[in-house]
Amino acid sequence: MTWMQIVFIVTAAVTLGSAVRVVSSGKMLHAALWLVAALFGVAILFAMLEAGFFAVVQVLVYIGAIAILVIFAVMLTRHVMEDTGPQVIQSWWLAAILAAMVFAGLVVLIISAGFKAQLPPIQDSQTMIVALGQALVMPDGYLLPFEVASVMLLAALVGSIYIAYQKR
Amino acid sequence: MLNDWLYIGIFLAISAFLPAAAIVIAGFLAPKKPNTIKNQIYECGIETVGETWVQFKAQYYIFGLIFLIFDVETVFLYPWAVAFNQMTLYGVLEALLFVLILAGGLVYAWRKGALEWV
Amino acid sequence: MTFISDPINFIATWLRIMLANVGASPDLTAFILSVVGGGILATGAMLWVTFLIWYERKIIGRIQDRLGPNRVGPWGIFQSFADMLKIFTKEYITPNGADRVLYNIAPVLSVASVLLIWAIIPFTVTSYGVDLNVGVLFVVAVAGLGELAIIMAGWSSNNKYALLGAFRVVAQLISYEVPMVLSLLVPVLLSGSMSLNAIVKAQNVWYIFTAPLAALIFMITSIAEVGRSPFDLVESESEIVGGFNIEYSGLKFGMFFVAEFLHAFTSALIFTVLFLGGWRGPGAEQYPILGFIYFSLKNVFSYFIFILVRGSLPRFRIDQMMDLNWKVLTPVSLGLFAVVTIVAKLVQGNPNELLRGLFLLIANGVILLTTSLVMGQFAARRRRHLDERAEGQKLRVRSQV
Repeated sequence: MTWMQIVFIVTAAVTLGSAVRVVSSGKMLHAALWLVAALFGVAILFAMLEAGFFAVVQVLVYIGAIAILVIFAVMLTRHVMEDTGPQVIQSWWLAAILAAMVFAGLVVLIISAGFKAQLPPIQDSQTMIVALGQALVMPDGYLLPFEVASVMLLAALVGSIYIAYQKR
Repeated sequence: MLNDWLYIGIFLAISAFLPAAAIVIAGFLAPKKPNTIKNQIYECGIETVGETWVQFKAQYYIFGLIFLIFDVETVFLYPWAVAFNQMTLYGVLEALLFVLILAGGLVYAWRKGALEWV
Repeated sequence: MTFISDPINFIATWLRIMLANVGASPDLTAFILSVVGGGILATGAMLWVTFLIWYERKIIGRIQDRLGPNRVGPWGIFQSFADMLKIFTKEYITPNGADRVLYNIAPVLSVASVLLIWAIIPFTVTSYGVDLNVGVLFVVAVAGLGELAIIMAGWSSNNKYALLGAFRVVAQLISYEVPMVLSLLVPVLLSGSMSLNAIVKAQNVWYIFTAPLAALIFMITSIAEVGRSPFDLVESESEIVGGFNIEYSGLKFGMFFVAEFLHAFTSALIFTVLFLGGWRGPGAEQYPILGFIYFSLKNVFSYFIFILVRGSLPRFRIDQMMDLNWKVLTPVSLGLFAVVTIVAKLVQGNPNELLRGLFLLIANGVILLTTSLVMGQFAARRRRHLDERAEGQKLRVRSQV
């Protein structure tokens, strides 16, 4: 058992445990904060995979923007600070069966695929970020998705202002 | 590179441990005399009226949304900036197109009045 | 000689040899050294805050034509220790219905998120915690963790004023992050790397001379991110009774206070590293201790500017703050980014660094001039509008009398 494996198991356990607590927590704000813990666990996993840039972007965008937005949304829709409710719906057995089937299907798929993909060798992080930056603007790289992403962000901005903003 | 992140992890643990230790030590040194009046919620010196809830303005949410959009935009621009020295003028113009489209979004938000603080 | 010119690494090598003699494996040695180094850095940072508080109080006092603390010790330097001792012995009053776990985590997270930045700062050419190659984004990401601590503090106090205050603070902080990340693109552009070490090493000409507007925008947004005057509406004592830390007392409140001062100083550190050339100076590469001295002097200067700004400017209203951010700083930083990229790409072929710097400086000046002209037009139009309204009211009053 190397240290990396131990750290991975602990991080994965924390991430999965927080994800379970997100849906089973009594108070909405607690659920949002457990979400933050799960996202932080994913950031640690990124760092362990030597993708430092993505670990930092995960914290910056997911925790710094999206989680805060989720908390704002919770506050917007729930006035009362004390907020509890039933955590289990009536037909939970049906949901459990479906989830188990999906899980079994995924396990079968992954095992039969066998991880035979050929990955390029990992160079040092600086070269990878430079390669990413160049690939974003090369016409035979990811230029079109890059520009389409900007249009998509514009659409998100316009749409959300249209929906959320109420003229006085 | 893994060692870098390990150091950050250790440093995070240390920097969380230090204030926690200080708070615990002060917990031992300080007196503990809880009393109903002291533990009441502060509301300008009077009794709390009504339930504790706040009317949350939708404006906060809009600021959060606009921030999210611009945050994701800048995250796209950072690898581009790191590769700046190896880039042609064409690459620069493409990134400018990216920024221009989103600047248009900012102008839309401004004109719609979504940037006003009510 | 090495001991004088590079004390930290000298001690580190000595410790490594000692541990190897005792028989520890290289992994364990590295781990122990990391823990010891990190512990000393973190403790040093927190003790440094006491000096900072004294420094700030003295200078604010002089700006306000009074002496500042001068009783406890020569020139009052032990004042902060006296305050610390006092705050250690104050009682923790936990409000009714407060969420215990979140209530206690919030001050710890607040301080931890600021201390974490100290791990990546290059103090000299050889001593730094870790040379992270995404350093610049790391600084901004960790600021986001601090915002989370504020929300936790505001919500767990079970006090609607604390909650309101917390939301206003977070709205201010997330708004001011946008021009900050945009203006931080400029040093990354000019040096070709996000690592703080690489940015310092690439500054043959300090970036404050090649990109002064980016430095200005970064300084303004840093002051707003920390929540200091003139942007301290959300923690001012006269507004909503103190903001998100109303229900905190004793050392927990002290920790929020420490976090704010430390954050201000850390912003000054980052400003020095990114724009003032960090530890660079004559002879800093051969004698790292000289680098540390230059770094300290530059830091004291940057922090002095932060204190000057605090002492001289009146507080902004919250709508003025948001207008300043979304209608002035964000468009200016977008425009700055556009102009700097084009100019930097066009002058890239030129081998003369000073000439390149000069062109960038001119570009910055042009943007600054345009912005002031446009804002001047807006201000003139608004003044005319207000004058007309005042004239209209005067005529009405006269006709009624």
